[in-house]
Amino acid sequence: MKFSNFVCFEAIISELQASDRDGLIAELVTSLDKAGKLEKGCRNEIIKVVIKRENEASTGIGKGVAVPHAKHPGVKDVIAVLGQSSAGIDFSSLDKQLVYSVILLISPGNDPDRHLQAMESIFKHLQQEKFRRFLRQCRKPEEIEDLLREADENPSL
Amino acid sequence: MQAGQDSLDKTVCEAAVEIKNEDGLHMRPAMQFVDVASQFDCDITVSNSENDVDGKSIMQMSMLAATCGTKLKIKAEGQDAEKAINALRELVEEKMFDEPAPSDRKK
Repeated sequence: MKFSNFVCFEAIISELQASDRDGLIAELVTSLDKAGKLEKGCRNEIIKVVIKRENEASTGIGKGVAVPHAKHPGVKDVIAVLGQSSAGIDFSSLDKQLVYSVILLISPGNDPDRHLQAMESIFKHLQQEKFRRFLRQCRKPEEIEDLLREADENPSL
Repeated sequence: MQAGQDSLDKTVCEAAVEIKNEDGLHMRPAMQFVDVASQFDCDITVSNSENDVDGKSIMQMSMLAATCGTKLKIKAEGQDAEKAINALRELVEEKMFDEPAPSDRKK
């Protein structure tokens, strides 16, 4: 799967205002809601399930990135959004480092295979040092969109 | 201690396993796998038809995106390779990451 198949580009936030993990999750989910990607009235519940999942085990997998995610019927298909924090946010990451780049993913829950395919694309790129570095250098949402579209064309990025 | 002894002690073990829980190898099972793999000293490599990844790296394991029914090969190299393979096979195929097998879904 390509980023362009499941990332909501217009909801990307290049400089997150939130200063803590739960605030960041709320900010990204709200951005997806504003972009019309969530069913009406689901926003607060989705924020809750993402935080609940995060409390079970941190998705801060190290190297400054986190991938909070959850299943919720309030989305029609797998949908993701990116956010960046230049100050860094404590995600209780595996390597104890702050998180600067976040990809939040919501899956409808009736198609676990599609959720896995989205995760595959995310991690294929996130595990590359070059991609993580380019991502952190992005200052505008359009730059993040360009990077993701480039990554779609270039598997080695 | 003699030079060259290490290579004689090197044990290599392999196992083919199948993902049996409905949701597949998503992040939580991948983390469980890495937790178990990391308890052993041996090197652990996991392969699907396309990639060979480090079984102790959460990012690489998540990249496998192994769906229910996917077959993976686990290879362990080192003194405790056999123990590691047994523990990982048990986690994947018997415990199924403490998750349910596919049920007949209502369509």
